[in-house]
Amino acid sequence: MADSIVNVLGLRKRYGTNEVLKGIDLDVKRGEVIAIIGKSGSGKSTLLRCVNGLEVFQEGSLEVDGRPLRHGDTRAMRELRQGVGMIFQNFNLFPHLTVGRNVMLAPTLVKKRDGADAEAQARQLLERVGLAEKFDAWPDQLSGGQQQRVAIARALAMQPSVMLCDEITSALDPELVGEVLRVVESLADEGMTLLMVTHEMNFARKVSDRVVFMHAGRIHEIGPPERLFGDPQTAELKQFLSALH
Amino acid sequence: MVEFTLWDIFRNLLLAARWTVVLSLIAFVGGGLVGLALLMARLARLRGAERGVAAYVQLFQGTPLLMQLFLAYFGLALFGLNVSAWVAAGLALTLYTSAFLAEIWRGCVNAIPKGQWEAADSLALSFGEKMRHVIGPQALRIAVAPTVGFLVQVVKGTALASVIGFIELTKAGTMITNATFRPFTVYACVALMYFALCWPVSAWSRHLERKLRRG
Repeated sequence: MADSIVNVLGLRKRYGTNEVLKGIDLDVKRGEVIAIIGKSGSGKSTLLRCVNGLEVFQEGSLEVDGRPLRHGDTRAMRELRQGVGMIFQNFNLFPHLTVGRNVMLAPTLVKKRDGADAEAQARQLLERVGLAEKFDAWPDQLSGGQQQRVAIARALAMQPSVMLCDEITSALDPELVGEVLRVVESLADEGMTLLMVTHEMNFARKVSDRVVFMHAGRIHEIGPPERLFGDPQTAELKQFLSALH
Repeated sequence: MVEFTLWDIFRNLLLAARWTVVLSLIAFVGGGLVGLALLMARLARLRGAERGVAAYVQLFQGTPLLMQLFLAYFGLALFGLNVSAWVAAGLALTLYTSAFLAEIWRGCVNAIPKGQWEAADSLALSFGEKMRHVIGPQALRIAVAPTVGFLVQVVKGTALASVIGFIELTKAGTMITNATFRPFTVYACVALMYFALCWPVSAWSRHLERKLRRG
């Protein structure tokens, strides 16, 4: 496990008596791209949200970059979250801040970067996602695809070692999906560790190193995309894949 | 019999209106600070804050301000605390205002989509940073109208302080009526003065709302 960056062991999560994650073991290597697929309600988003502590789990352990996740320990959470970026389905940009300020906010507050430094970094990141000219624009002036790319730049500004993507193209018009996926693909190419919950099966097949199929709160099948998509072993995965076509 | 000119009436009312203004300011500032503290205690999930604040809010929202004034004035005296009308009125209005503001502002904070909290959390912002830079500014924008609406009510609510012998605008109006026997003129002037106090506050609120619409 020398090179593992996210380590999940025996993770269980319950809402009241309803157990939504029933013992998850997952070991993610540095630079690995993991696609998590499955029906809605299978627990895939919940699992992703456990990784940066947005969801509390009751049993098991979770480590990111050697740092154990401890709810209730504010300092430990702050440390861990600095290493984990997250991109959401609904972008969640801060509507009262310009695009540039959205990207600069966390580095200036949490990493105590000075203004000029943070601005230079924000401009560079916006250029990287193809939005250099939008620095002074407001989030609501942008298309969904542009907003999502700003959200990616904002997450990257914290220089995370892991990036979580929670159905990041599900709220986009079909013609805008491509521009966002290209940015994600470039991240994968640059060696970023990615955990993504996605419904874009072609994309998952193309960029991921391993695919996780979740079913009823468990990891039902896991393996390289060629095997999961080409030769599914379980009836549930076969049914899931055939329902897509 | 002494003749009172309109100016006599107006001048004396104006002098009393000072105390309405001061009492309102005490209620605004005191109530605002206590209300904010209550809200933050609740949002930070301090132990027992959720229930404690809810009970506090229910208590002060569920009883008439008039009773609160009586209790502050006569109730504290029962415990051997001899408080002046000033202290009693200031205290009652502060507590009353804080309960309402804490609840109004909680509603505004709740109106901020969950995704904003999660985005701030995932960027490793602390509770204070999240409030100050993400949730606060957005909640403030929604809070202006209901907050000012309530503050205007507080200005008018200070009239109740007259029942514990506090001489403010309304009490002065009654006293001047007793001396001049011109109730209509006097109370018309009193009403005008309340309007002159409240209207600029409402106008300022509209201005502030426009200004906060962006950034």
